Amino acid sequence: MAQNRKKPPGKKPPGRGVSLSPEEYRTLAKQAEPKRNAFANAVRAFLVGGLICVIGQLVQTVYIEWFGFEKKEAGNPTVATMILLSVLLTGFGVYDKIAQWAGAGTAVPVTGFANSMASAAIEHRSEGFVLGVGGKMFKGGRPGRSSFGTVAAFLVAIVYMMFHPELIKGGK
Amino acid sequence: MQLMGRQSWLFDRRPVILATGTVVGPFEGQGPLAADFDHVHDELSIGQDSWEKAERALFEEAAQLAAKKAGIAMDQVRFLVGGDLMNQIISSTFAARTLAVPFIGVFGACSTSMLSLATAAMLVDAGGAPYAMAVTCSHNATAEKQFRYPTEYGSQKPPTAQFTVTGAGAALLGRSGSGPVITAATIGKIVDFGVKDPFNMGAAMAPAAVDTILAHMNDLNRSPDDYDLIVTGDLSKVGHRLALELFAREGFPIDKTVYSDCGMMIYDYEKQNVQAGASGCACSAVVTYGHLLNRMKKGELKRILVVATGALLSTISYQQGESIPCIAHAVAIESGVN
Repeated sequence: MAQNRKKPPGKKPPGRGVSLSPEEYRTLAKQAEPKRNAFANAVRAFLVGGLICVIGQLVQTVYIEWFGFEKKEAGNPTVATMILLSVLLTGFGVYDKIAQWAGAGTAVPVTGFANSMASAAIEHRSEGFVLGVGGKMFKGGRPGRSSFGTVAAFLVAIVYMMFHPELIKGGK
Repeated sequence: MQLMGRQSWLFDRRPVILATGTVVGPFEGQGPLAADFDHVHDELSIGQDSWEKAERALFEEAAQLAAKKAGIAMDQVRFLVGGDLMNQIISSTFAARTLAVPFIGVFGACSTSMLSLATAAMLVDAGGAPYAMAVTCSHNATAEKQFRYPTEYGSQKPPTAQFTVTGAGAALLGRSGSGPVITAATIGKIVDFGVKDPFNMGAAMAPAAVDTILAHMNDLNRSPDDYDLIVTGDLSKVGHRLALELFAREGFPIDKTVYSDCGMMIYDYEKQNVQAGASGCACSAVVTYGHLLNRMKKGELKRILVVATGALLSTISYQQGESIPCIAHAVAIESGVN
């Protein structure tokens, strides 16, 4: 272990350094961690995640019933509205507070993704639009992975189509 | 100044803390120690357009307050010893650019408060400066941004996580005058017990704190009852509990004194959602220079040992899967006139 102390002799001199081995200490430290209530956390995540989806459904229904959208077309404005709500809550400094309580519940795709992008954009605004906002918006855990996945899928699709030109003609 | 034992100094001239400056952000102002700080800011931005500028502003303000309260012009301060958590300690260097005082930059992560105080005391005691100042600062948003996630990012923090204090603390030391005196210091060695979780820095740092406290007692042939209070920097709930356990296993009579932690004092656990407690360079700085020195002035404490603790990780070392090397520096402060 990267620990720089002499091995204590058979009888250690009183009170010079910690005589516990790093392994023993890490076991002790593990025991000292406050227990997380995984069940309560999961219930909260389930409720909040579900609630966000219910709100999304309500928004979609409003677009269909009040604004005359087809069910197929209502998806895009619904997603845009959810993104707007998430970005507003992020900007007002509320989203992270909800997330601390709700755990994975607020990580549901649209709002969670919008929050991760918006929070990074706000944070790195002071470093300029290109290197700050543009360069760092995709930094961090979730946004990094999801945007990497999306871009990678896009590139693979382009390469795939280069070898299957008939697919392009096959479009609308 | 004498070298005592392996790693401690005894200051013969007993440098005096002539004045201190403590400034904090709004969240710290809602905590139980608000009345002990010189200035509580209403806004986390400290009126600046970036978090980094806000942190520098706190550093400058604390330094200027300390000089003003001692009635000493900034150019009479011969050396400024300071550091912070930002990469390349930019908060301290940028603030020192404004203050235009010869500058010694130090980095000890959250142990910087006592590292800078011990260094400044050494300068004054050795006759290297009539006045020297130790300053450190931290800002919640800059620390979140550099070490964790964007501030508004929605992620759940584990109960072992700590909340970085927004604030700055400065102590102006002189050869003579009235005020609490610095009598001894122990410079810690790096201790790494292989804890890797950056959301559990209290557990990572506890062995370093215990190591330094044991070394201090050994070097100076002192025992816990020589102090009215022994206080660690920012171990918070989890680290404090582990430190107590380590003392017990070493047979060290910590119960002969009051052992407390600055990270458990600055926030209200009931009302403020800070998980395990506080952390950051400013944590031990503002609690010591504000709250604890006030208690000394009131006569409630006569001799205290402040042991600031630092987790010396970087975002790169963490991402490469390295464990967290930790350090602790102790400074003994006594009430009295020199």
